[in-house]
Amino acid sequence: MQLRDPAHLVSPRAIVFWTVRAVPGWLLLLAGQSLWFVVTQDHVALRVAALTLTVVCAAAHLIVMPHWRYRVHRWEVTDNAVYTQSGWLTQERRITPISRVQTVDTERGPLEQIFGLANVTVTTASAAGPLRIHGLDRTVADGLVAHLTEVTSRSEGDAT
Amino acid sequence: MTVAGTQRDESWRRLSPRMLLVHPVRELGRYIPALVGLVVAGRSVGDGELWWLGPVGVVMVVALSVLRWATTRYRITPEQVQLRTGLLQRKTVATPTDRVRTVDITASPLHRLMGLARVDIGTGSHGSGAGGGSGSGLLLDSLSVGEAAALRAELLHRSVGPPFDGAVGPSLGEPGAVPFDAVSEADVPAVGEMDTELARLDPRWVRFAPFTMSGVLGAAAILGVAWNLLDQLNVTPTDVGPVRGFVDHLQRTPIWLDVTQGLIAILVAVTVISIGGYVLSYWGFRLSRHSHGSLHVTRGLLTTRATSIEERRLRGVELGEPLLLRAVHAARLSGITTGLTSKRSADGGSSLLLPPAPLVVARAVATQILRDPAPVEIPLTAHGPAARRRRFLRALLPAFLLVVAAGAAIWSGAPLWLGLAAVLTIPVAAMLAADRYRSLGHALSGGALVTQQGSLGRRRDVLECDGIIGWNLRQTFFQRRAGLSTLTATTAAGRQGYAVTDVPVSMAVSLGNHALPGLLGDFLEPEAPEVGALNGPGSRT
Repeated sequence: MQLRDPAHLVSPRAIVFWTVRAVPGWLLLLAGQSLWFVVTQDHVALRVAALTLTVVCAAAHLIVMPHWRYRVHRWEVTDNAVYTQSGWLTQERRITPISRVQTVDTERGPLEQIFGLANVTVTTASAAGPLRIHGLDRTVADGLVAHLTEVTSRSEGDAT
Repeated sequence: MTVAGTQRDESWRRLSPRMLLVHPVRELGRYIPALVGLVVAGRSVGDGELWWLGPVGVVMVVALSVLRWATTRYRITPEQVQLRTGLLQRKTVATPTDRVRTVDITASPLHRLMGLARVDIGTGSHGSGAGGGSGSGLLLDSLSVGEAAALRAELLHRSVGPPFDGAVGPSLGEPGAVPFDAVSEADVPAVGEMDTELARLDPRWVRFAPFTMSGVLGAAAILGVAWNLLDQLNVTPTDVGPVRGFVDHLQRTPIWLDVTQGLIAILVAVTVISIGGYVLSYWGFRLSRHSHGSLHVTRGLLTTRATSIEERRLRGVELGEPLLLRAVHAARLSGITTGLTSKRSADGGSSLLLPPAPLVVARAVATQILRDPAPVEIPLTAHGPAARRRRFLRALLPAFLLVVAAGAAIWSGAPLWLGLAAVLTIPVAAMLAADRYRSLGHALSGGALVTQQGSLGRRRDVLECDGIIGWNLRQTFFQRRAGLSTLTATTAAGRQGYAVTDVPVSMAVSLGNHALPGLLGDFLEPEAPEVGALNGPGSRT
């Protein structure tokens, strides 16, 4: 018995977004290593090796990770349940019944606004189980929130 | 303020006036360093004309605690429990009464002397509760023992219980004359109510205390405090007479004797401390079921504690069998309660249902609580060869790395016994892995998800399927390659999520599908083995 993937992909613009978001971390590391070059003179071979390794890892990460993520990040909302899939090296699928949904939030960071993207977070009464959909197109996210709000308001109980 | 037609007293009530005796004493104790500082400062500045600084400090502290009593009020309306505090910055904390999940009544020795008890009303909101809250909920510090018990009854049994007559003023006897187990005495059931005892502390259970970690932690804490104190007082330990003699003794005797003596000393200290801790926390332990549908736990030697958990909030139990306790056939039991996050406090906190006790007792109590013996007795489904490989890989890999590191160290001049010690970790790791695999398993039984894992801290969790509010199916890169996954049942109770670790994916999906029928149905892959049937009648020749 296997689960299929959720039906919908996120916005293709998320690929660029994830790439851009990952750049500063690598730049910081490269800056640190450049500083090492400036400050000291010895261990040249070691420093060159470290720098090369960093550049290679950064390139691989920046090329592979966003596309991999794009293939993994998926979502689906039915009348009964919310189903999400996220991650790349470590992947996680989360499913919760609509009747257990407590809040639906949408959130846009500054970088996401530039790319016209939005996150949707669906929380339940469990601290272990918020469902997050990253990198949705803004209009899709707004529509999804409206839909979820409407569907969840129909179900009763305190969702615990 | 009163709603017409109800007999409830909904006016604002104060905490017990006897707090006027408890609070200042406690606050003075807390501010002793500052007060001493004030007195010293007052004496030493100039010709001592600032002598009044000390007394004024004392008066201020006392006045502040009196003010706190005078400005703190609470009331109970049919909808809400409200707590109002503060003089300049008034703060009202309100919580809906139907959200009250637990009521904890604790009494420190000082409180007990005065016949008082602290009432901690747990509402299960996440994050920090405001104001008088203690993490989540409201803290009333303090009411008289009688008031506290009446309040608890009112909050927990409000749907069926008799209305709470607000005038609980008449306190039980004189201050100081309250009997030892006043908290439970005040809980004497009224006509038509039943209080069934499920478990009571057997003093012989104290023998399990040394097999818990509490002794080790306690010893470490005491050592830490002592060290800190010596450091603060600028005392070098070797200057103290006995310590000096001890160190001299160590230097005269051979090292193996020192090690043996040291180990024995540590063992004795840990045993004594753990037994002391067990007695302090669990003395007088009693677990009972109230006919109104709640469980009551009372315990404690000096500080008494009475916890009430509504049974409809109880979603299951955790049977904890750490390796040492397992070796002496013992276990502890705690509840999985909605809105009561299992905080890992040393004595089990409010979710404790049974202190370390014989395994048979723990199982029997779990059976009575769950009203079903199956979940604690049932043999578990093992997770198969891939999970076993993963257990061994994860245990042996660090051990092998250690051996390699030790080899490198010896090569660069470290003593040989280092390598021997490193090699010895391999069989230990293998035994650990084997035990971890033996412990790993899951089952569905009596409408509950049963999951067990761990070796050093083995735990069997029984979670009602009704309490499951979603699934997280997680796969790391290596788990995907091994065809395994970790299925976490999320819940509003206890630890918030209960994991079935390293279970084959198809088994995980099938488990999720059986535990919560219907939820996964929409998302299932069409069954592969039924391909033949899909071919239609034409192909069947």
